[in-house]
Amino acid sequence: MNKLLLALAVTTLLSAPSLAQHDHSQMNDSVHVSQDMNIDPARQAKSKTSGPPNAADAIWGADAMRESREALYKEHGNMSVFWFQGDRLEYRARQAEDGYLWDVQGYYGGDTDKLWFKSEGEGSFGAQIEQAEVQALWSHAIGPFFDLQGGVRQDFNGPERTHFALGVQGIAPYFLEIDLATFLSTKGDLTARIEGEYDHRLTQKLILQPRAEINLSAQDIPELEIGSGIDSIEAGLRLRYEITPEFGPYFGIEQEWKLGGSRDFAIADGEDPSVTNYVVGLRFWF
Amino acid sequence: MTNALNNHLFEPDRRTVVRSLAGFAALASLQMPAWAMGKMGKTFHKGMDEIGGPDAHLHIADGLFRTGKRSGHGIGMNGTIPGPLIRLREGTKAKLMVHNMLDEDSSVHWHGLLLPFQYDGVPGISFPGIKPGKTFSAEFDVRQSGTYWYHSHSGLQEQMGHYGPMIIDPEGKDPVEYDREHIILLSEFASMHPHRIMKKLKVAEGYFSQQKTATFDGYDMSAEERLMWGRMRMMPTDIADVSAPTYTYMINGHGPADNLELPFEPGERIRLRVINGSAMTFFNIRIPGVTMTVVQADGQNVRPTQVDEFQIGVAETYDVIITPKAGAFALAAESMDRSGMAQATLTSQPGQRAGFPELRDPPLLSVIDMGHGGMVEGGHDGHGGMDHASMDHSNMNHGAAGIPKPAQKASEDHSEHDMGGMRMRDTSLLPGSVDVNAGIDMVAMNPQDRMGFPGLGLDDVPHRVLNYKMLRALTPNHNHRDPDREMELHLTGNMERYMWSFDGKKYSAVSDSPLRFAHDEKVRVKLVNDTMMAHPIHLHGIFFELVNGAGHAQPKKHTVIVQPGSSATFDAKFDEPGDWAFHCHLLYHMHAGMMQTVSVAFPEKAG
Repeated sequence: MNKLLLALAVTTLLSAPSLAQHDHSQMNDSVHVSQDMNIDPARQAKSKTSGPPNAADAIWGADAMRESREALYKEHGNMSVFWFQGDRLEYRARQAEDGYLWDVQGYYGGDTDKLWFKSEGEGSFGAQIEQAEVQALWSHAIGPFFDLQGGVRQDFNGPERTHFALGVQGIAPYFLEIDLATFLSTKGDLTARIEGEYDHRLTQKLILQPRAEINLSAQDIPELEIGSGIDSIEAGLRLRYEITPEFGPYFGIEQEWKLGGSRDFAIADGEDPSVTNYVVGLRFWF
Repeated sequence: MTNALNNHLFEPDRRTVVRSLAGFAALASLQMPAWAMGKMGKTFHKGMDEIGGPDAHLHIADGLFRTGKRSGHGIGMNGTIPGPLIRLREGTKAKLMVHNMLDEDSSVHWHGLLLPFQYDGVPGISFPGIKPGKTFSAEFDVRQSGTYWYHSHSGLQEQMGHYGPMIIDPEGKDPVEYDREHIILLSEFASMHPHRIMKKLKVAEGYFSQQKTATFDGYDMSAEERLMWGRMRMMPTDIADVSAPTYTYMINGHGPADNLELPFEPGERIRLRVINGSAMTFFNIRIPGVTMTVVQADGQNVRPTQVDEFQIGVAETYDVIITPKAGAFALAAESMDRSGMAQATLTSQPGQRAGFPELRDPPLLSVIDMGHGGMVEGGHDGHGGMDHASMDHSNMNHGAAGIPKPAQKASEDHSEHDMGGMRMRDTSLLPGSVDVNAGIDMVAMNPQDRMGFPGLGLDDVPHRVLNYKMLRALTPNHNHRDPDREMELHLTGNMERYMWSFDGKKYSAVSDSPLRFAHDEKVRVKLVNDTMMAHPIHLHGIFFELVNGAGHAQPKKHTVIVQPGSSATFDAKFDEPGDWAFHCHLLYHMHAGMMQTVSVAFPEKAG
């Protein structure tokens, strides 16, 4: 619709003889137009009941106005933003070999549509990386607080897998940050992940963050040692001190449970299906 | 210098002349003002000189600005921040020449001036902007008087110091008598670049606030109220998007550490011309111990009204008369969210410094600010909940829009403040003109006309505070005409995404469909604020009359504050043809899209 109007407007402008005659070379230097009002703006404007605002075209010329007009539109509502957040970058001390975890995300785009990326992974020091994935998603605002996100997820550890990802991310009542995603792998496996976290301000800088994650699977995936049903649950509590809002070191505790078939896989491997991590890490964004 | 001379020898524009002069000055060891030499990285002086006469020149340039311990990149005019006082006289011809010595486009909007639209100074609407090194001349007949100001309308330059005061003396006798005048130009300075401020607003809600609710916050709110706000995903402390300590609040370019002193002689009638030239801050103005008589609002004379305090929205101006006794008095300009204060000492003895009042407790938003006016009384303890209620009653006596009287109970049970029956975003209440999308996070369920509201946090102070209902035009308009039509415009937003718009449509989405008005058409415009922030809405080129119950004495203004979750109505006669900007004067709201073009048709000419 906008494009149609623009096209109409351009046609109208090009066919307006008063404008074609108008020389705006005076724009090149000091501008004195008060003597240069040989064009009657009324002829432009009086018959005009639709189309873009263009009274200034009659004074300064459509060519001279075009650039500033486009810049004005772009600057007032169409800005794009780049944001990168390291939500959890942490060292995890536990009974077995200590480990590490990263959980980062970010986006580039406008208010409604964004290119969103996420990556998370974890492992134990001195061992093969346990899990690593990257997601590239198109994110579209479907309401004031939620985005619909769709795209691909690539796993890099173990048997490499590509998934189609579809989910919603946003802010639920009580400022609960929710990320809900389903994944369909190229092997046909259907899994889902529900993440929720909440920043509770104790003071302006000290923040207590409860966090929970539930992983689900529609089927057994033996090569990934995942059983159908609830695969795993994580529950954590982190206390963060925001030196600045962008830079907040934290410490905390996180409990992981593997359940059902996944639990059996873990036990068969000689792993503990229930692990307590004492974490210290950093949350940052820019 | 010789290089600069040679390079520009064949381009005899204004800049060359200035540079050449600079070259000669250097050769001859003469004194040249730093601002005349363009981009010098020089430190801006505080306060302002005065320019006027038939030709007034403004040189826009980069530089360093410092206040207290804070310094940063500034954009100023004629070597000062704020820019010089432009003094004109009604009935004369003005020629204002603006020289852009920046590396980027710039502009000057003459805020509140009646002039042909092509000189109004909005790039993309009224003219193409001023390219680097170029000069723009605005020549027009001065057909008004009063206190005004001017500022950049390019990007976010205004935040960096690109603003200054303008006074137009009346042609005849000034109905306001005074012995001395002082300009009080309020603004903020941040060392953070405005583009970074904008980004932080976009990605992190509440980034600049150090007054958010927390477990240990000292706010007198019940657990239920806290839960209610959380459930709505709203912050009751969302009163200023950007605030101290990021901002240093200033008067005439002086922060509190700069000890600005304004002299007077005891017994003098002093006219304070208060201009809110800030980007984002509403101020509460007081001079403890001194009564202020408001005589002008937005450059238009009003019937004298005595107050002890008034709130001034961004881009508004108020002139007040004071007659202090001998001594030193604190002029305290507290930001609406009470995170900081701009200060100046009015003193009859040079060097004497007044004691400034402490910052008062920060106010909180109430259920009325959510647009539930008249449905639930008293949102919270201690912050004027019941005053809101009584304020509503006074509103109803002359309710402009015929809003039904709210039900009021003498005893209020706090458990009733549960928002169970209240919907925060019932989009079925919106007219069809509003585009419902992710950019609207709230719909005012029962917006009240709040012309009688003195401003957030000032409804429970124990002294006289100005409100819009107290403004009466000094000269009544006896040519009163009923509006030809009415229109309703919704102020819409999403705090979390930092989206701001009119009718749910950002400026980028409506650029090709302006608000059109016939020439001389009189329209009653009702602004409905579907957000929890107060928006100062400014119409370029045309004064409107506030519909405040004053009949023929409705005051004229160029900027009106629409209180959170409330409405405000004005009558405008669209008798100034051309395209005009119409926007929220909170700089970052405008930049996010809360802007429209008002297109007024040209009069039909015979032939």
